[in-house]
Amino acid sequence: MGLLKGTINALADPRLYFIVAVLSLIVMVWKREKVASNAFGYSMMGLLTAFFVFGAFDPNFQLIIGKPDNVPIIGLIFSLLFLTWYAMREAVRNDRRIAAGKGPIEKEESDRVWVWPDLVYTELISLVVCSVILIVWSIVLKAPLEQPANRSVTPNPSKAPWYFLGLQEMLVYFDPWLAGVVLPGLIIVGLIAIPYIDKNPKGNGYYTFNERKAEIVIFLFGFVILWVSLIVLGTFLRGPNWNFFGPFEYWDVHKLEALVNVNLSEYIWVRALRTGLPGNWFLREIFGILFVIVYTFALPPILAKSAFKKYYEKLGPPRYYVTVFLFLMMMSLPAKMLLRWLFNLKYIVAIPEFFFNI
Amino acid sequence: MAETKTIDPKETAATRLWNWLTETQVWKSVFRHDRPDSDRTRVLVMLSNVFLHLHPVRMRKSGVKLRYTWCMGGMSFFLFLSLTLTGLLLMFYYRPTLEYAYTDIVALREHVPLGIMREMHRWGAHAMVITVMLHMFRVFLTGSYKPPREFNWSVGVIMLVLTLLLSFTGYLLPWDQLAIWAITVGSNMARATPFLGHEGPGAALLRLGDVPLIHAYDDARFALLGGSFVGEGALLRFYVLHCVGLPLVIAVLMAVHFWRVRKDGGISGPL
Repeated sequence: MGLLKGTINALADPRLYFIVAVLSLIVMVWKREKVASNAFGYSMMGLLTAFFVFGAFDPNFQLIIGKPDNVPIIGLIFSLLFLTWYAMREAVRNDRRIAAGKGPIEKEESDRVWVWPDLVYTELISLVVCSVILIVWSIVLKAPLEQPANRSVTPNPSKAPWYFLGLQEMLVYFDPWLAGVVLPGLIIVGLIAIPYIDKNPKGNGYYTFNERKAEIVIFLFGFVILWVSLIVLGTFLRGPNWNFFGPFEYWDVHKLEALVNVNLSEYIWVRALRTGLPGNWFLREIFGILFVIVYTFALPPILAKSAFKKYYEKLGPPRYYVTVFLFLMMMSLPAKMLLRWLFNLKYIVAIPEFFFNI
Repeated sequence: MAETKTIDPKETAATRLWNWLTETQVWKSVFRHDRPDSDRTRVLVMLSNVFLHLHPVRMRKSGVKLRYTWCMGGMSFFLFLSLTLTGLLLMFYYRPTLEYAYTDIVALREHVPLGIMREMHRWGAHAMVITVMLHMFRVFLTGSYKPPREFNWSVGVIMLVLTLLLSFTGYLLPWDQLAIWAITVGSNMARATPFLGHEGPGAALLRLGDVPLIHAYDDARFALLGGSFVGEGALLRFYVLHCVGLPLVIAVLMAVHFWRVRKDGGISGPL
C-alpha cells in the first residue's frame, strides 16, 4: 500500500506527470483503433474511479479532493477523459466507414426533423435533468466560506480560481508579463484565428481523425494537455509555496525545494567563457536575445522549407506564418519546461532592468 | 410542403376540456395556432413564439442527437439562465461594501432556512465554465467552426472569455480569504502588462522627463481594481461588472450566437 502510494506520488511529479500525459495522448492517437473499443473506454473510466475510491481512504488525498471548490474539477477530469475517448471512438468509427466508402454516420442523419417536438422536447428533458443534478449537488455540498477577508494574513498557497490555475502553473516557467498577459492573449487570438487558418474543407460536421490529423493533434495537445492537465496539476498537486506535493503527500509548509536555476547569460559568460557577466545588459543578454529572435522569426521560414513544407504549400504564406507563429508560441511553454528540467535554465533573456525576462 | 397530418384525439373528459380550453378567447389570444401536431402547426409554433423562433423550423437529425452534440451548448445556456435567476435572488440579500459583504453572506447561510441559492449559484458557475469549455471541445472535434461558421466560432471564443470573467468577478463577492487572495493572485498579473502595468516590460519607457506615466496608482491593475490593492473599489467594480456589465454583453452575444447558428444552417455541416 505504502509502495503503491509512493509510486503514485513519484509519478505525479510535474516532470513525469507532464511526460506521462503527453505519452498517453500520443498512444491514444497512435493506437486509436484499439483505444476506440468499448472495453478500453470502460476500463479506463473504471481505473480512474478505482483510483479515486482508493485515494478517498487516504487522509491527505481526502483533504484535497474534499475541498468543495475542487469537486467540479473531479467532474471535469471524468467528463473530459470520457469525452476525449468517446470522440476518438466516434472518429475511428467514421474513419472506418469513410474508408469503406459509406460516408460518416452523421451523413445518414442529415435528413431533416421537426424542431417541435424532436428538439424542443429534448431540451425540456435536459433542462429537467440539469435542474435535478444542480439542486441535489447544492443540497449535498455547501458552498465554501472561509474567514473574513484579511489583507494581513496571506494563505499559503494562494491560488487563483481553478480555471486560471493552468496560467498560474505557467508562472513557474515564465514571468507574469508572459504567463499572465501575453500568452493568455495569444490563446484567445489563436482560438479566434482557428477557423481562418484552417483551410481543410474536410471533416465539417462529423467526427473524424484521419481527415484532420494535424488539427486534432494540435488542439488536443493545447486543450487537454496544456490547459486542462495543468489545471489539474495546479489544483491537486501544488501546495504551500507552490511546491509540488504528490496526491498522498502531506502539505508541509516547510518543505524545501532547492532553487538552483541559472540564467542563460550566466551559463555562457560565467561558466563557458569564464569572463564574468558584462555590465552592459545588451551585451550580457545578446545570446538569449538572438535565441528568441531565431525562435520567433527565423524558425518559421526555415520550417517552411523543411519539416512544414507540406503545410506551407497547402496554406500559402500569410496563413502559414500566422499558424506557425501561434504554434511556436504554444510550444514555447513545453520548450521552456524542457529547458528548465534538463538544464535548470531560469531565463533565456534576463533583463530585470526593464522587467523583461523570458 | 408535405401533406398535413393530424392525429385524432379520443373523446374523453380531458379531451373535451382541452378542446374547450383551446377554443377560449384567452387561449386563442396567446397561441394563434392549433396544437403543434401537424406539419403546418409545427411550423407556426416555431415562427409565432418569440422564445422558440431562435430555433429553425426543421433541422438535421444529428443536431438533436446527444451522441453528436453532448448537449454542452444547451447546458451552458440553461446554466446561464439558472445563474441569472439565482443571482437575482442573491442580490436581494447582498450589499457590496466592506462593512456588509461578508456578514451578508453569513446571514444568508445562517438565517435563510433551507437556502441553497448560493450553492446553486456557485456550483452552477463552476459547471458553466466546464460546459462552455467542453462545448468548444465538441465544436472543434466535429469541425463545426469551418465555413460558413467562422464568425460564430469567434463569438463563442469571446463568450468563453466572458464566462471566465463572470466567474472571476463573482469569486470576489463573498469577501472571505478565499475570495480576496484568489483575486489578488489573478489581478497581480495585470501589474505585468507590457507598457500598461507598472511592473511590465516597457512601462519605464513611458515617462516625461523624470515623471513616470505608468505607476502603481494609474496602471492596468489600478483600472481593474479601482485601487492599488483588492479593497472597497475592487469590490464595487467587480459587483457591477458581475451583475450588470458582463451579463449584458454576454446576453447580447448569446443572441448573436444562436441567431447565427440558425442563419448558418444548423449547428454544423456545410451550408
